Amino acid sequence: MLEIKNVYKTFNAGTVNQKVALNGLNLTLEDGDFVTVIGGNGAGKSTMLNAVAGVWPVDMGKILIDGKDITRLPEHRRACYIGRVFQDPMMGTAATMGIDENLALARRRGEPRTLRTGISAKERAEYREMVKELDLGLEDRMTSKVGLLSGGQRQAITLLMATLKKPKLLLLDEHTAALDPKTAAKVLALSEKIVQEHRLTTLMITHNMKDAIKYGNRLIMMYEGRVIYDVRGAEKAALHVSDLLARFEQVSDGEFANDRMLLS
Amino acid sequence: MDIMTLVNALPGAVAQGLIWAIMAIGVYITYRVLDIADLTVDGTLCTGGAVCIMCMLAGCNVWVAILAATGAGLLAGFVTGIFHTFMGIQPILAGILTQLALWSINLKIMGKSNQAINVDKYDLLVSLRYIKDVPFWRNTILVVAVVIAVVIGLLYWFFGTELGCGIRATGCNANMARAQGINTNLNKVIGLMLSNGLVALSGALLAQYQGFADINMGRGAIVIGLAAVIIGEALLGKVFRNFALKMLSVAVGSVVYYLVYQLVIWFKVDTDLLKAFSAVVVAIFLAIPYWKAKYFTKPTVAKGADKHA
Repeated sequence: MLEIKNVYKTFNAGTVNQKVALNGLNLTLEDGDFVTVIGGNGAGKSTMLNAVAGVWPVDMGKILIDGKDITRLPEHRRACYIGRVFQDPMMGTAATMGIDENLALARRRGEPRTLRTGISAKERAEYREMVKELDLGLEDRMTSKVGLLSGGQRQAITLLMATLKKPKLLLLDEHTAALDPKTAAKVLALSEKIVQEHRLTTLMITHNMKDAIKYGNRLIMMYEGRVIYDVRGAEKAALHVSDLLARFEQVSDGEFANDRMLLS
Repeated sequence: MDIMTLVNALPGAVAQGLIWAIMAIGVYITYRVLDIADLTVDGTLCTGGAVCIMCMLAGCNVWVAILAATGAGLLAGFVTGIFHTFMGIQPILAGILTQLALWSINLKIMGKSNQAINVDKYDLLVSLRYIKDVPFWRNTILVVAVVIAVVIGLLYWFFGTELGCGIRATGCNANMARAQGINTNLNKVIGLMLSNGLVALSGALLAQYQGFADINMGRGAIVIGLAAVIIGEALLGKVFRNFALKMLSVAVGSVVYYLVYQLVIWFKVDTDLLKAFSAVVVAIFLAIPYWKAKYFTKPTVAKGADKHA
């Protein structure tokens, strides 16, 4: 489904701030895989998702979705394959536009934007039903500006936007990290529900190892721009946080003791 | 100071304010919708006036001349858009570059720095002579008000379409827009074109109104545009929330600006100082939201801000 083949990305090449973010990354996802991604800060998790989304061009390597090479496709043209939710709740929505308008923007992902109406009355009714299902009490505030919503509400709306038009691939970049624990749990549960309902192929970065084990059918651990551990199915389900910590300790030579992953 | 002098000057001030309002609505599109401060407009206003006057002197119908002027404005916006998106130049600098180039182009269009048009010999749409003692449907204030109504109506429709919504999303959050498959570069170019087209339309009307196009007529236009946007928001921002009404409030802001301007002249203030005065007023109004956020809000800890501490 998704193939990342030998991808390299270096930031600020040739300066003192040079940082090799992806170092010959290889990863292949099967249809319907729900993969949780863990790794320390700077391991290249977000960089991997941004490379797939096309935020900037990669230095080397190839990225394919369903066999189609998208390596050279600009970000907005890949969007038809990809739904994204970001860590920062501000990033996924247009704050000065209404809930309904944001959803209408997402509904047209991958389609040409014409001079037809940006949102029809029929759509409005549909969106209301969808938002009602989120159970956040937002269905009566459909025309409210998204900027007025809380972080959790915004992430829930972003999640809906990312999946409103069924994507081939869903990218969740620590999308609950900026939320309080209770809201985070709610958004995470909602994410799982949506992923399972639509059988979406998903990459989810998390700093919480318990969540990484609990959710999805496959877990990968990244270190220095590569996948260093890849486990699935029953073996993954049987994992404990201590197993992951031990593996981490092993590759990172103890440096990881300071990492905020420990605290999750 | 005779109060009647002021009263007699008011219709002219309103007419001028309304003509500049079209430009201010153009500035609103870039400054508020696209979140770009586009300085092209200082050049585009004159381009609009120059093209309109030269077309009419060459024998064109007034509507054709206005259309040609608007087209020239679209082109100017396109150039700034290409500078910004395709060539990666910061929007402010892209606008300044186009503005500078337009100085030469405007001179070439007019052949000299000033071109007059005689209201008695040409069939102008608006003129300072059409303020009093003309049939009401020839009155410049009414004509320009109708033009503004049509412009606001068209823009309201446009920004409600899929394309228009995409442009609004681009200005609000370009990352999100791209993630939703919106070509943000294309949308910025379209927004800049639309804005400069309106500015040139305003320039075309202004040149007819004053009876000449002048190489300096656009100097400081961006400041007047911003002033109109800010005054409109200050006066009506709390009541006008609908997009069409917001554009209307910009038009009101522009008229108020010219009324105040007229008042200042009536007080016999040295008119050489007016541009400095405008700049200071706009600077202060632009600073107010910043000061408000910095000094007058209670610090609040965002939810979950220190969850990793």
